[in-house]
Amino acid sequence: MKEVTILSGKGGAGKTSVTAAIASVAENAVFCDNDVDAADLHLIFNPEVKETHTFYGAWIASIDEDKCTNCGICKSHCHFDAIHYKEEGGLYINPFQCEGCRLCERVCPVGAITSERSENNFWYVSDSRFGPFVHAKMGPGEENSGKLVTEVRRKAREIAKETGADFVINDGPPGIGCSAISSVTGTNAVLLVIEPTRSGLHDAQRLVELVDSFNIPLFAFINKDDINVEVTREIEDYLEQNDISLLGRWSFDTGLVESMIEKKSVVEYSPDSQTTRSGRMVWKQMKEFLEVGRVVSS
Amino acid sequence: MSYKIAIASGKGGTGKTTVSVNLQKAIASELTSGVLLADCDVEEPNDRIFFSDATIISEEEVHQMVPEIDTDKCTFCRKCVEYCEFNAIVVLPPAGFAEVNTSLCHSCGACSVACQDGAINEKPVPVGEITRMDTGIGAGLTEGNLKVGSAMQTLMIKELKKSITEDYDVVLYDAPPGTSCPVVETVADVDYVVLVTEPTPFGLNDLMLMVELLVNLDKPFGVVINKAGLGNRDVYEFLNEQNIDILAEIPFNKAYAGKYASGDLLTDIDQETTESYKKIVKSIEERYLQYEGSNYFKW
Repeated sequence: MKEVTILSGKGGAGKTSVTAAIASVAENAVFCDNDVDAADLHLIFNPEVKETHTFYGAWIASIDEDKCTNCGICKSHCHFDAIHYKEEGGLYINPFQCEGCRLCERVCPVGAITSERSENNFWYVSDSRFGPFVHAKMGPGEENSGKLVTEVRRKAREIAKETGADFVINDGPPGIGCSAISSVTGTNAVLLVIEPTRSGLHDAQRLVELVDSFNIPLFAFINKDDINVEVTREIEDYLEQNDISLLGRWSFDTGLVESMIEKKSVVEYSPDSQTTRSGRMVWKQMKEFLEVGRVVSS
Repeated sequence: MSYKIAIASGKGGTGKTTVSVNLQKAIASELTSGVLLADCDVEEPNDRIFFSDATIISEEEVHQMVPEIDTDKCTFCRKCVEYCEFNAIVVLPPAGFAEVNTSLCHSCGACSVACQDGAINEKPVPVGEITRMDTGIGAGLTEGNLKVGSAMQTLMIKELKKSITEDYDVVLYDAPPGTSCPVVETVADVDYVVLVTEPTPFGLNDLMLMVELLVNLDKPFGVVINKAGLGNRDVYEFLNEQNIDILAEIPFNKAYAGKYASGDLLTDIDQETTESYKKIVKSIEERYLQYEGSNYFKW
């Protein structure tokens, strides 16, 4: 079983549209949405949820006002500036700023502080027309998105093993921080979706640096390649200089937005379009790499 | 105290940076030149790309304090392990081994409190840098840039904000995508949020998540619909149903997307788009003029 993660650095480059196109052509695969805090892939997958699990998030501390003596020891120990004096006096912990280290609870001399685990994050195991699908919904403002990414990926791999699936395909989060790191570690290949803008290139370069630090093979795909020909050329040069194979490209296609509105992948929406042909080609090459370690067709 | 506005979206690629950069320019010409832009998308900071003649005023490295265990003093009691909620410390008494895993450490300071033997010292580890720039527009730009490989984006945003010590009339925070802790950190102390969405199903889904978050945080907000004309009417229906202010619509224009691509956002803007930004400034102006200079503990 081989795993691939689709990433971009910059948000809105087309990760989810590319993932959906691949989902339509990849056989015997398990799919996993790693963008847990703004998940969109389910809008195309229309999943039938089979299992719902609570993900126990970070601890959140709160102060019992009846016991608190306002000594301020907790406030002076908090490294996250989460403890404040209220205008009317007394201390208060802002749950959105609390990191859940529980130090305040330990240093409080009168035992006025207790912590509870956030239960506002969920992950799901679903069936879909593309195959098994593992996805999540984080509560707004929650912490630990990296751990939740690790959890959904673990489950997707487990399902793949149980069902004898050949592939796990991860739709990644934007950025290069904790969620992106969690979606990259241990995967067999990364497909980088780039839009030809200076921001897109800049963000992609940072992601390349991150993926390289894990020694994971990297492939590229250019979306909206006609939006700025000059920047597209720059990206091609960059990829060549860095030995990153370009597996395909899409031109700007309103069919992508239209397919999204119809809750379809572009392969389902316009099966004979150039966009669909390029989508098929990307997976063909990716699959070759995952199976035999190199890309044969081009 | 500065009046603070965050530009956020939930979904990536809806146009936060486009709106931030143009809004700063519009505020500088319509309202006050004392307007600073702060790029809080520290994982992928892009604002600077749109100011080709920016000059750097100052650069400052940001550090995370990470504990180090001195095994000569350590008695291997494991109290620090017990205190660490992030499983970042490994202590193996028989092997005389005690170490902190930097990438798991949240720098909460609990282990230092736990240690009774004076074996834990904190040493600074770089997580990124803050760059202050003169861009010729308003009060310029300040940017937080997370070091590749670091997972301390929230700390980086916090330090970026702390570094803004001068008193400006308006500070604009260009927020990261998503709805989790880095976004919360960005909007934590703002007076108003401009949400940027696009009229597509993905845009709507992520807008709804952001609205839920901002309602929870009790933050006032309005919505800018970018790329208007693409997609469908569902976003409009949602905003009408929820009685949410539409600050402006910015029409989708492929030529403009091409200008964004090359890093040019601030020249030759068409009349319709210019009017849209003026409209946004007008809605902000009322709030700004009524601002009494403190949002202390509003949330």
